[in-house]
Amino acid sequence: MSLLRSFLTVRAVREGRAQPAATVRHAHLSAEPLVFIPLRLAGEAAAPLAAMVGTGRADARLLGVANPRSRDQRFTFMAELAEIIVPYIQKYAAQVEISDTKSAYERCLDAPQILVPNPGGLAFIRLIGRSTRFRATEGPHAVAPQVPLLGRWLTFLHERSEFAGSAMLLAMTDLLAEHWVTGLSGPENVNLAGQLAWIDPPDGMTGQDAALIAEDPLRSPPAGPDTDPGFDRHVLKPLIDAPSPARLHEALRGQLEPTWELMWRAVDLLRAVPDADSAEGRWERDRTALARQNTWIAEGGLPPGRWDSAVAAARRLAGLEGAQQSYEASKAFDDPLVMAEHRAEGAAFTGRVITVDADRKIIPPGKKRLVARPLVTIGTSDPVRFAPGKKLLSPARPKQGTVLVSVDADIVTLQINSGMTKDATLPSPGEVVCYTELDPAGGRRPALPDVTETPWTHGGPPPEYVPTDEDAQEAWS
Amino acid sequence: MTPQDQSRATTAEILSDYTSGAHRGLVVDSPPGAGKTTLVVSTSIELVKADERLMIVAQTNEQVDDLVDKLASNAPGIDIGRLHAEGFEPPDRVTRHPGVTLHNKIENVENCQVVVATADKWAYISGRSWPWAIVDEAYQMRSDKLLAVASLFADGHALFVGDPGQLDPFSVIESDRWTGMAWDPLQSAVAVTQRTNNLKVHQLPVSWRLPASAAPVVSRAFYPAAGFSPGTAPGERRLELPVRGLPGPWDPTIEEATASGWALHELPDRHTVRTDPDVAHACAALARRILDRGAIAHDEHGSHPITPDRIAIGCAHNDQVAAVRAANPPPGVTIDTANRLQGREYDITLVWHPLSGRRDATAFHLESGRLCVLTSRHRHACIVVARAGIADLLDHHPSSPRMQLNVPIKFPDGWAANHTILAHLDQHRIQP
Repeated sequence: MSLLRSFLTVRAVREGRAQPAATVRHAHLSAEPLVFIPLRLAGEAAAPLAAMVGTGRADARLLGVANPRSRDQRFTFMAELAEIIVPYIQKYAAQVEISDTKSAYERCLDAPQILVPNPGGLAFIRLIGRSTRFRATEGPHAVAPQVPLLGRWLTFLHERSEFAGSAMLLAMTDLLAEHWVTGLSGPENVNLAGQLAWIDPPDGMTGQDAALIAEDPLRSPPAGPDTDPGFDRHVLKPLIDAPSPARLHEALRGQLEPTWELMWRAVDLLRAVPDADSAEGRWERDRTALARQNTWIAEGGLPPGRWDSAVAAARRLAGLEGAQQSYEASKAFDDPLVMAEHRAEGAAFTGRVITVDADRKIIPPGKKRLVARPLVTIGTSDPVRFAPGKKLLSPARPKQGTVLVSVDADIVTLQINSGMTKDATLPSPGEVVCYTELDPAGGRRPALPDVTETPWTHGGPPPEYVPTDEDAQEAWS
Repeated sequence: MTPQDQSRATTAEILSDYTSGAHRGLVVDSPPGAGKTTLVVSTSIELVKADERLMIVAQTNEQVDDLVDKLASNAPGIDIGRLHAEGFEPPDRVTRHPGVTLHNKIENVENCQVVVATADKWAYISGRSWPWAIVDEAYQMRSDKLLAVASLFADGHALFVGDPGQLDPFSVIESDRWTGMAWDPLQSAVAVTQRTNNLKVHQLPVSWRLPASAAPVVSRAFYPAAGFSPGTAPGERRLELPVRGLPGPWDPTIEEATASGWALHELPDRHTVRTDPDVAHACAALARRILDRGAIAHDEHGSHPITPDRIAIGCAHNDQVAAVRAANPPPGVTIDTANRLQGREYDITLVWHPLSGRRDATAFHLESGRLCVLTSRHRHACIVVARAGIADLLDHHPSSPRMQLNVPIKFPDGWAANHTILAHLDQHRIQP
């Protein structure tokens, strides 16, 4: 945990209320998110028990499985789920525009957004995607045509959700933890009820007291995918042994409805926070990814296999690292409270400009002509840990490249190297400025070889991928 | 056989094995200070003599510049190309050699007999190939970086050189998506190549850096499978303190270190913040006392006074580095994290023990590579500064990582290596 977040945790405990960790909302929030709360049978990896799903508070659909151990019922459930989720995604995927950039590409006008309660929900989506995307729609054990399609879309959304800043599939507790710091420990903080009790306690109660009450599984049943063992033993088991569809339905509703309410309360809380500037740009990347995936499926592309090839793995890792770096930097550029976290760690500093030598001209090493390289001195009380030569950027002038010349006690000297076009301004004496090593643009990354040219160091070119039934199996099953 | 003969024989064997062209890849494991750079230089000279073209891949610009400097100094006749990024300002130690061509475009250096660049720069080169390649610091190179450059020498012969005991490459992404796969991109370049090819491995047998007091314990703790021996005999390296000692907390520690090559400066047991001010102060003060006492080093090359640039203070975290810098250390002393101290050499090192004052022993703090780097940078003596109670902390946190399918077991185990070093330091413990 960062220094600032530790401090906010202590303050949350002292004040009995969660503390904001952001001044703006860093994730795009859809006007019509789909809330999805899955439950599974205890002791099974991917046997769905029930789900509550819908795009509005008043529009909850409850799906249940009378006997979760029956494979046939499992895929009937998947077909019902697909009837809701697939059209929701396809509605967005169908509407595309062409970008007006130099090399034009397709992107969707808007994108779906699925919200699950916690990281466990994300992992469960990965598993149901895996167990459905390879299913055959004819022959023995055929499933409804929508089922493999559901698997492909859920797999796509889960894979995409691993990229920092993507917002098409989010876990609510992650989203809340990004914007508020509670007095709960890490493992406690994935309890949606406890987290909301700290963020928005009832009148006259502290976060501690509210969370204690909220953690009672009878009052706030677990937000899934695992159920309360008490419920399993005393309610679920008798209803599976002696089936009674109506009573099971009501029992499952009782387990899911409290979480449903919490999810929409959390959506309301997040809607009240203004959008971060760069959230729209990240949502655009999601819209582009959606259009690409839609084309891939429409043109008969194969579902992704179980394992990445050497080249695919390296390419994905580079993408993940780029997204992570750029998301962290954009957040700090958009939000002074996030920047404060980096200032406390020594990755940024804020200070007042003392002098500006705007007319300074030097001949850079290896060059022959005089060029303008203004010098700026800044007085700061932040700990500055950068070494001379470090390249720094400022959120106020993100296009202006600067390099650290020296740090002398609390006086920092910077040289401005680029971004001095006509309408650009230089920092002026007295101005409060912030400089950081973070760079929202992310680094340029070199190309990797084509899969068919995988070198011998990485096992040579892999055989061509043909999906089989085995792809749906776990390594340990 | 003397260490010199032993080392010469191994180098000759590696050279003939590699230049015979019988292997498309060879791995050379090099313990700390075992003459890795010397091997790279002599291999280059050999290949150039045979009129062959060679590319060298290193990991950082610092490493590339060191290599170019060594190569140009040893063989001024060789035509060396130093390929670098646009805007890179090469240091004097490279530009002073007339045989070195520096450029950011491959067209201007590709005709040189030897072309040297970082892996990051090589990754942007395509459509060319070299019959011979050396990958330096290959254990610090990530598997995906190798994938980006391997096509350049895929039809030729590659020599992977590196220190298996040091820190593994690192990523900000934590994912078990690829765990267990042979080409997991989070592994080192050597790990992935070995899992898919099983190349022949040579090992350099002698550490020229570590003194006789350190080589056996470092070898036992961090290189349990293939040990190495020191290049000097006990007593051949000696530290002398001409200025008389003072009562106080520092001199007994320094005297223990000069007498035995090791000292554990142990502060009272306490749970502290990561930037424990007492440890920071002790590191800075001990470095100052070494200089105040005018320490002189005697070794196989003669005698020299220990100047600030021959002392390093190593930490696990950046904020600890900042804390030591703020504690008024003598100017000129190197203070850095283990990651940045890799490949460097000093006469005396001071180590902020990664587990000092902690409540828990996490995988990061237990990583054997970190402790190995910190305790293997010195030619004469190593002083470890720590809170008491680390042995208990280790016993309360037995290493129990998740079992993963198809993941080769890593040696050495960080937990055991920590205990081995600690047991050795126990004989050199000074409580001020």
